[in-house]
Amino acid sequence: MAAAQVVRSEWTKIRSVASTVWTLGLAVVVTIALGMLISALSKSQFDDMSREDRFTFDPTFISFAGTSLGQLAMIVFGVLVVGNEYSSGMIRNSLAAVPRRGAFLAGKIMVATALALVVSMITSFAAFFLGQAMLGDLKASIGDPGVLRAVIGGGLYMTLIAMFSMGVAAMLRSPMLSLGILMPFFFLISNILGSVPATEKVGRFLPDQAGSRIMQVVTPLDDDVPYGPWGGLGIMALWVVAALVGGYAVLKRRDA
Amino acid sequence: MIEAVGLTKRYGDKTAVYNLSFQVRPGAVTGFLGPNGSGKSTTMRMILGLDNPTAGHVTIGGHPYRRLPNAARHVGALLDAKAVHGGRSARNHLLSLAQLSGIPARRVDEVLGVVGLQDVARRRSKGFSLGMGQRLGIAAALLGDPQVLLFDEPVNGLDPEGIHWVRNLMKALAAEGRTVFVSSHLMSEMALTADHLIVIGRGQLLSDMSVKDFISANSADFARVRTPDTEPQLREKLTSALTEVGGNVLPEQDGALRVTGLPLPRISDIAHDTGVRLWELSPHQASLEEAYMRMTQGAVDYRSTDDRKAGLQQPLPPGAQPPMPVPGQGQPDWYAPPPPQQGGRPFAAPQGAPGQAPAGPYGAQAAPGAGPGGQQAANPYAAQQPPAAPGAPQPPEAPAAAPAQPSGAPAPLPASAPVTDPTKPEDAR
Repeated sequence: MAAAQVVRSEWTKIRSVASTVWTLGLAVVVTIALGMLISALSKSQFDDMSREDRFTFDPTFISFAGTSLGQLAMIVFGVLVVGNEYSSGMIRNSLAAVPRRGAFLAGKIMVATALALVVSMITSFAAFFLGQAMLGDLKASIGDPGVLRAVIGGGLYMTLIAMFSMGVAAMLRSPMLSLGILMPFFFLISNILGSVPATEKVGRFLPDQAGSRIMQVVTPLDDDVPYGPWGGLGIMALWVVAALVGGYAVLKRRDA
Repeated sequence: MIEAVGLTKRYGDKTAVYNLSFQVRPGAVTGFLGPNGSGKSTTMRMILGLDNPTAGHVTIGGHPYRRLPNAARHVGALLDAKAVHGGRSARNHLLSLAQLSGIPARRVDEVLGVVGLQDVARRRSKGFSLGMGQRLGIAAALLGDPQVLLFDEPVNGLDPEGIHWVRNLMKALAAEGRTVFVSSHLMSEMALTADHLIVIGRGQLLSDMSVKDFISANSADFARVRTPDTEPQLREKLTSALTEVGGNVLPEQDGALRVTGLPLPRISDIAHDTGVRLWELSPHQASLEEAYMRMTQGAVDYRSTDDRKAGLQQPLPPGAQPPMPVPGQGQPDWYAPPPPQQGGRPFAAPQGAPGQAPAGPYGAQAAPGAGPGGQQAANPYAAQQPPAAPGAPQPPEAPAAAPAQPSGAPAPLPASAPVTDPTKPEDAR
């Protein structure tokens, strides 16, 4: 009963604020548009690629190239859904209405996650089909081995990124602080750690690097990553669980 | 019914609320008074289970808030008028809160009408004035038609019509048998609205009594007596004559005398017997505001100091006198002491010997005669700086122990203590 009330209320909160609606829309547009652009560029550059690159060319993964930027909008969505409560002071009203804080946080994350999942899945399928359309005769088919898994995985990846952001925002209790940490981390630091040889082996266990493995269909030649596509998504899910548990602990313990 | 027992809240080494025990009964408006930063909002948050007390506990209807069945239908609260997402419309804000508590959506439109926001219900709350924000907050508190209502500073930012409306709303809610707990730092407002007063300072209980008792205990009548300005010795003569028969005499800022404990005809008779002419003999009543200020002055966290305008002040032309001090500014202890002989003083006098307080300005007022050269020494504020002010000369009579920590216990001072030797201020002249 209480859970249904929280869910209804959270849905009202999300749809009645322009910023959350806009960030979700931006995630869709950026992911699809950038994926199409890079797919088109790859097609025109294909003949200039080296033999190995052509051999390991992954049309599915190319069409998800927009995810790297689109995920930032998903991060903003996740942070705002939770962080707005703290920046506006609404959290006191909410917790006065629902003294059971666990139920409140669970309901909130459930609603935002469900919405993020729907949007992410639509984005993922749209990015795949539109990207393949750009690739012309290089395109992969949804029926090819591993492709459907990659497309669904792309939607899950975006959803998990949003959930991770919700957990971090619940821990830090401030949207500005959360964005200030999450944005540079996922846009720069994670990529740097993943490409510098010294930190590469650690960097691949970061949530975004492990999770994005699921969108690959063709594995690179010199691949020594110790986990598969689902293993990678599992690692990412562990990060999400840790962030949410941390957020719950902070909400439970601290004064509102 | 709200009941707090030994409620204590510490943030690090700062104690916001200390050992606070009180009861808020249904069917009455209970005012919660205290200066800024005295712990009112912290107490309200603890009542609502938002902050965990360091020690003690507070219950509503016998249950801690977090274990209250259907809390939102039982308790409504306005904590902060600005605690609204600016991008959300007033109606959606209330709707989300209503849904959270399982309240039907049509109730939202009802409370919007009750607080008079129906015309701006679909506008983003970003553009709301503070007064409109207060109305929205009050609407949120009324949503669940609760039996217990908490309002934190509800009249802040409201126009006179709004203040009047809130006042009547509180009374109406209490008249329906609800428990209404309203915080404020304005005594004047509470005197008009509340039936019962709980006064705190620095997180400790200073007073817990009905407004009626508060008035009779704190604002007794006094007489203002003025003797001819031209003959100061007459004033001294009258002062000692009045003191002899048990009256309490205090000098006022402008040279008049404030007499308590004697009826007006008696004062007139005594003046006649001692051969003192009177220029004024008038009945007065000390205001509640004054009683409240006196009670909390030792517990005020943020106090203005005298603006000395160091280095900015123009040298006065020869022969000119420095301006008269403005009462109250930078002079925390100019308030007259509580009226004595009211049978059992309900609270500790924050100042150990307030009767001596006026000595400073009076003593200093004589100083302008010292001439324009002695401007610094002639500063009438100099002796009145709070002890904390660096470099300020400490008033020799400054009570050292009593003011800083007013205890909640009844005053150990005898009734005569606040009024020290009444001739002393006269000596200072």
